[in-house]
Amino acid sequence: MKPLLRLTNVTKRFGGLIAVNEVSFSADEGGITGIIGPNGAGKTTLFNLLTGNYAPDGGDILFRDVSLVGRKPHEIVALGVARTFQSIRLFSSMSVLENALAGRHCRMRAGLLSSMFGSAAQRREERAAVERAVRELEFTGLAEFLNDKAGSLSYGNRRLLEIARALASDPILIALDEPAGSMNQPETEVLVRLIRAVRDRGISVMLIEHDMGLVMQVCEKLIVLEYGIKIAEGSPAEIRGNPRVIEAYLGQD
Amino acid sequence: MLKRSGTTSGTILQRVKFPALVALTALAAGLPLTLNPYWTAVFVSIGLGALLSLSLNVILGRAGIFNMGHAAFYAVGAYVTAILNTRFQVPVLWLLPVAGAASGLCALLVARPIIHLRGDYLLIVTVGIVEIVRIALINDVGGLTGGANGIFGIARPEIFGIRIRRDIQFYYLVWGAVALTVALFSRLDRSRVGRALSCIKEDDTAAEGCGIDVARYKLLAFGLGAFWAGMAGALFAAKMTIISPGSFTFWDSVLLFAAVTLGGGSQTGAVLGAFLVFGLPEIFRDFASARMLVFGLALMAMMVVRPQGLLPPALRRYDTRFITRGERAAGDGE
Repeated sequence: MKPLLRLTNVTKRFGGLIAVNEVSFSADEGGITGIIGPNGAGKTTLFNLLTGNYAPDGGDILFRDVSLVGRKPHEIVALGVARTFQSIRLFSSMSVLENALAGRHCRMRAGLLSSMFGSAAQRREERAAVERAVRELEFTGLAEFLNDKAGSLSYGNRRLLEIARALASDPILIALDEPAGSMNQPETEVLVRLIRAVRDRGISVMLIEHDMGLVMQVCEKLIVLEYGIKIAEGSPAEIRGNPRVIEAYLGQD
Repeated sequence: MLKRSGTTSGTILQRVKFPALVALTALAAGLPLTLNPYWTAVFVSIGLGALLSLSLNVILGRAGIFNMGHAAFYAVGAYVTAILNTRFQVPVLWLLPVAGAASGLCALLVARPIIHLRGDYLLIVTVGIVEIVRIALINDVGGLTGGANGIFGIARPEIFGIRIRRDIQFYYLVWGAVALTVALFSRLDRSRVGRALSCIKEDDTAAEGCGIDVARYKLLAFGLGAFWAGMAGALFAAKMTIISPGSFTFWDSVLLFAAVTLGGGSQTGAVLGAFLVFGLPEIFRDFASARMLVFGLALMAMMVVRPQGLLPPALRRYDTRFITRGERAAGDGE
């Protein structure tokens, strides 16, 4: 299969610390790729490099043969890479519907004047955006909360709303940073089905996760990081039996 | 399974809103007929304050950018109007968009390098801007601004052959402009642009992360707010016929900042804030010396009791009735 995303020798330093060290891997179009590793392994840093929040000190990140290096986060979203945040970052005083609409922003065109004077094209676009946002809320199971404040949702639902917001931007790849964090077992089961449904829509998924049950269940490919270095790559079955991975997680005898 | 929530309450709200709006308009239109000339003049200056407060509300109230130098843009609009009118006899009302554009352009130029600064850092720079503008005006830059004395003899505006001269005429002109501004800004608020500003105010990292060009929209808010302040400046110049640097001080910027903060970010809040900040001191003229003390105490009390302001913007609601519901959520069990 053609790789959707290809990282070559990506490096990020913070002062003397090398958070991500010469990491190379590729992710397939239409696949579910997991990034795992102990705390402080550089997983979230890698995500921030992918989404443009950090600029790498070396290496290249190609998304469908277009380099993402040096682009701003909003440009990367427009190219088709949407993300969720590990520490949930919703617009909590805005409604659930508006949070989903915020994700739609980059696919809309209305500018200052057409917004102030309400042109016909602007109204059409607005209507279509509301409909799409509602569809994504239905997809993630949040439709009954449309007009509630995002801040009033349960933690599990807030994570789902972040996914709905990301989906509203028509992503090609969706990057989920610990989507099961602070979720209970039934919520995690809903999430697993949701992630598969996202993939079935043809959207590639990349996720960071600590919940090994979830990772082994949904991911088709895993990348294992430790101290910023990629120590293993392969299918869940291969990773489970890899001695280096076991050592990284459980420590040496 | 899915509830259809919140589709009726919006219409109820609208049903109440419309007659209220009609009543308010009638009241505002009839008011000057009952007022003596002094109070009419007071209401004109409150109206100008409301225009400025609405313009700062775009920047501070909606986008959350700490701008404490708004008087600088008001000054640019007033001076551009005064200079072009007294030297080239350009009619004042034609100069409205010119004054707005000049202010907006100035704002974009000075804001471009500082827009990425956060909160209080940006605030300090904007304080610097308003001082630089005031001092430049006093120093008679380019021999255009008339130094500390300012500029005299600005013409009165003329609409359809009627020369606006009396306070009661200015009352209708200024408050008409306020009504138009509220209408336009309310539409903006409910649009893609308005939502982007709200997102930025709440969490700019998240806004950028979900595809909003944060720097661009911050500049847009700054430019629009300054454009409007410039137009208010043009009206001010036409009303006063004399302008001098003393009308555009840091203190005026602080008052505007207080008006918007008290208001809480909504359009009605911004107008209410203007009433409190520019109107109340007139009612309590006798206690003028204690004015600032009361102001300070009021702001402190607000921060403790109601930090979100008196009238924070209501949750935007959208008509979703046209969407046929019922698709099953992807995460539902078999």
